[in-house]
Amino acid sequence: MHPLLISAYTASSCLGRGLEPLREAMLAGRSGLKPCDFETVSLPTWIGEVEGTDDQVLPASLARFDCRNNRLAQLGLVQDGFADAVREAMSRHGADRIGVFLGTSTSGILETELAYRHRAPDTGALPATFNYAGTHNTFSLADFVQHWFGLKGPAVVVSSACSSSAKVFASAARMIASGLIDAALVGGVDSLCLTTLYGFNSLELTSSRACRPFDRARDGISIGEGAAFALVEPVPASMPRDAILLLGYGESSDAYHMSSPHPEGRGARQAMDAALARAGLAARDIDYINLHGTATPSNDAAEGKAVKGLFGDATPCSSTKGATGHTLGAAGGIEAVIAALAIRDGFVPAGAGTTDPEEGLDYVLATRRQPVRRVLSNSFGFGGTNCSLILGSPA
Amino acid sequence: MTNPPAAWIRSIGLIGPGMADWPACAAILAGDAAWSPEKTVLNAPEQLPPAERRRAVRVVKLALGIGLQATTAAGMDPSGLATVFSSSGGDGVNCHQICETLASDDRQISPTRFHNSVHNAAAGYWGIATGATAPSAVLCAYDGSFGAGLLEALAQVRFDGQPCLLLAYDADYPEPLRAARPIPDAFGVALLLTPEREANSCGRLAAKLTDAPPDTLADPALDALRCSIPAARSLPLLEAIAASRSGRVVLDYLAHARLAVDYTA
Repeated sequence: MHPLLISAYTASSCLGRGLEPLREAMLAGRSGLKPCDFETVSLPTWIGEVEGTDDQVLPASLARFDCRNNRLAQLGLVQDGFADAVREAMSRHGADRIGVFLGTSTSGILETELAYRHRAPDTGALPATFNYAGTHNTFSLADFVQHWFGLKGPAVVVSSACSSSAKVFASAARMIASGLIDAALVGGVDSLCLTTLYGFNSLELTSSRACRPFDRARDGISIGEGAAFALVEPVPASMPRDAILLLGYGESSDAYHMSSPHPEGRGARQAMDAALARAGLAARDIDYINLHGTATPSNDAAEGKAVKGLFGDATPCSSTKGATGHTLGAAGGIEAVIAALAIRDGFVPAGAGTTDPEEGLDYVLATRRQPVRRVLSNSFGFGGTNCSLILGSPA
Repeated sequence: MTNPPAAWIRSIGLIGPGMADWPACAAILAGDAAWSPEKTVLNAPEQLPPAERRRAVRVVKLALGIGLQATTAAGMDPSGLATVFSSSGGDGVNCHQICETLASDDRQISPTRFHNSVHNAAAGYWGIATGATAPSAVLCAYDGSFGAGLLEALAQVRFDGQPCLLLAYDADYPEPLRAARPIPDAFGVALLLTPEREANSCGRLAAKLTDAPPDTLADPALDALRCSIPAARSLPLLEAIAASRSGRVVLDYLAHARLAVDYTA
């Protein structure tokens, strides 16, 4: 494929708002996870919470979108000059030539969970203030962001569980190539809610401590929340040497099981192969792999097999979910931003939380300062949905 | 500017109220048969293993039903097909049950309900039923979900030069969510799109954004169906296909834009 320029990017997570705290945490191998104290949740698990999310006040004209997920979206949009970059792109391309492609798994479903606690005793009706379209509905995120900017192009939410905000890059690339748009606002936002905390607990997939991806003693995920955004455009005639490019993407489906990955990592391998092929690269061209690495026994075993099969033990790799938690529909976007930082600043991030990694991989336990030209980032999800992205610097 | 993305329609699958399949719907849209809007009938397909058949919720039965109708009509093996799943919501009954449990004193939700709650549940079951390991995009654009899915599918066909199966489907919520999202019943349509004309193709379509108002259906009952279920926003296009009538149809999409679909029979 023709590479695309990632002309602006930002991410907010439990590590902090915007790029700088994320970069500092990656360099230090620091985690932002804490014991779960979210809402009224009583579960023996750890979470990654974005401080101050509920302090965000949405513009009065967009009050119908008010929910934790859209507050987190707004918190993320205003970091690192990202919103200004989007407005500048609007003036360059036109508001109707920029598409919005955002990933989320649970959108604002927390509003519905809370509304169900306040049903009318006689009729069972939800409170009159409940706004389904603005909060609960999966599209609410893209609808809100499109209105927040006044964008007038295509808009869609990709909701394929934990691959969502990786796959938005693929959808945006296709839409740009098809000529329908000139640029795309991509990313993902997912926020803490009871459905995912109690749901992953019901599957016995949550750890009772901070998650330890790829550790031999790993015992489950820590759920996080986050917001990541990127502006994607065709590569201009000239660009700075430190530009960040989307070089390729690969997608596949496991066709195996709803909540377990294919045990041999078949779909993971297929997605990574497809990303390399689309980028015109070989495995040896990748300097760092940001693993999906959820810290469940089955995901990391399957992904490890697939990575070993394709890369051997030669390529440094780590999962950054020990630092951010598993931000589900935002994970692909946040990890794409981590890939961009690794390339921009020259480091291979440590996998926080892990001390005794599985053998057979070059699993990075302490951050390495070294030039990084190309990163492969994996995002896999429930239902066997897989996406690998390759980001890099100009050739 | 490049031409809008286009594709050939190889086959169609459809399930809706009083519409068991695409031939039945086409006869109604062409005025050759009367429409009696009985409640949509959904069955779990034989292709699912027994455990998944038991667990399949309504949107899963609906999506697999329309998808398999389309691939069967084309005589095409679904295992190699890329797919685009687009719907306004996941399964309403499943969502209601989770929210009820989370609002109760015992919040332990069932693992099956949780994995059935993801927006891509139908895509996951489709892979298990058909063995399809090709990419699958899973989308939502509220009432514009059919339009969003069509744009993605057309972009895929143009970009990858491969066939793509679009599945747009929606099912109803029970109360109390039904009051907030009054989708009355289940409706789904699948379009198997190909980059080149094939034997038995039922026309070609190309799509782009427009400011024009959406087309309506002359029959008030059918137009009410169009307005009440997001996937049924496709009906003006399906009516043109049923009548082999070339021309432009405008479909509902987003608040600020509709889709202009140029159909060539």
